[in-house]
Amino acid sequence: MSVISVNKDNFDMIKNSDKTVLLDFFADWCGPCRMVSPMVDEIAEENSQYLVGKVNVDEQPELAQAFGVSSIPMLVVMKDGKIVNQSVGARPKAQILSMLED
Amino acid sequence: MDRIYDMVIIGGGPAGYTAALYATRAGFDTAVVERLSAGGQVALTGVIDNYPGFELGIDGFELGMKMQQGAERFGATTHYTEVLSVELSEKIKVVHTDSGVIKGKTLVIATGANPRELGLQREKELVGKGVHYCAHCDGRFYKDKTVVVIGGGNSAVSDALYLSNIAKKVILVHRRDTLTATKIYHDPLMKAQNVEFCWNSVVEQLVADQRVSGVVIRNVKDNTRTQIDCDGVFISIGRQPATAFLKDKLQLDNVGYIIADETTKTEIDGVFAAGDVRTKALRQIVTAVADGAVAVHYAEEYLNQSK
Repeated sequence: MSVISVNKDNFDMIKNSDKTVLLDFFADWCGPCRMVSPMVDEIAEENSQYLVGKVNVDEQPELAQAFGVSSIPMLVVMKDGKIVNQSVGARPKAQILSMLED
Repeated sequence: MDRIYDMVIIGGGPAGYTAALYATRAGFDTAVVERLSAGGQVALTGVIDNYPGFELGIDGFELGMKMQQGAERFGATTHYTEVLSVELSEKIKVVHTDSGVIKGKTLVIATGANPRELGLQREKELVGKGVHYCAHCDGRFYKDKTVVVIGGGNSAVSDALYLSNIAKKVILVHRRDTLTATKIYHDPLMKAQNVEFCWNSVVEQLVADQRVSGVVIRNVKDNTRTQIDCDGVFISIGRQPATAFLKDKLQLDNVGYIIADETTKTEIDGVFAAGDVRTKALRQIVTAVADGAVAVHYAEEYLNQSK
């Protein structure tokens, strides 16, 4: 599946998904976000069991604030509408996948 | 039979990809092993103004990508995987990664450095919750807020300057009574209206519940302690070489830099250290790329001799 661009209008639909959700909070100007971004794309394409979304913190300040984002990239894993795992900073793809499997 | 590269390079920053460029052009079968993404520390820097050839400066991430593409154009291969350990004692150097083994006749270590941590209690747990190491990455979340910057070198001062354009107030805490940063930074910082200085001071404690709400600093002259309220802390006290996987494998200095001179040769034949990871006077992109080329020069000499 491709990555969903998350905004405040489609967020509830994503949050309530039956699938495990991976959210990547990012901004265009952030170097480590640009490192993580292609890995998040690959994870979305290779793992249809997950719902993968990206949140542009500049365009979606309400969502960024709701998640208390003050450092990006921030990766959040949600199950049944609840945050079950999160991390900040760039990390290898294997580590992102293990966040989803925990 | 396993593929054995002529050269394996650990680290895809400026030193690594310059080595890869020179190696592939010298006809070496070359692999770069990179943990995350090209560029290393350069990719985490906003605009690079001190790499020649870009008269208006160049975006750090873009420069890193260009270096990678330049090397891959001549046939360098990049493996995106994390290095776990190395075996250097035999003629063929073995790199163990989390996705298998990579072997090479020569090895260039160009793993660079990461931001140094202060070592305060709860520092790790509060990363992203008010503790930061990259002002250009996280500074924008502190619009109209108060931030503390710790350090007095080039990166601390450039962080403080950058943050002074966003935050309401920037407090620079430095253990000396003068900046160690290059002169070009001094004037603009001294002129900034919203920058305050705490000289001769070290941060002893992070004040935090869920998030950082302040720091306790100690004046090193008279040992008085003061609590400063702030919304975030940017730690910029230098770098830590990424050499943990080389302990007991290669000679490191007391901070962890690989001991190697301008030839980039380490104590082990066929193993080279290029860029910020080795002992050197000036850690810059231009000196890192120079190391990459020099490493290939001596690797070529080594391969010819050991034929």
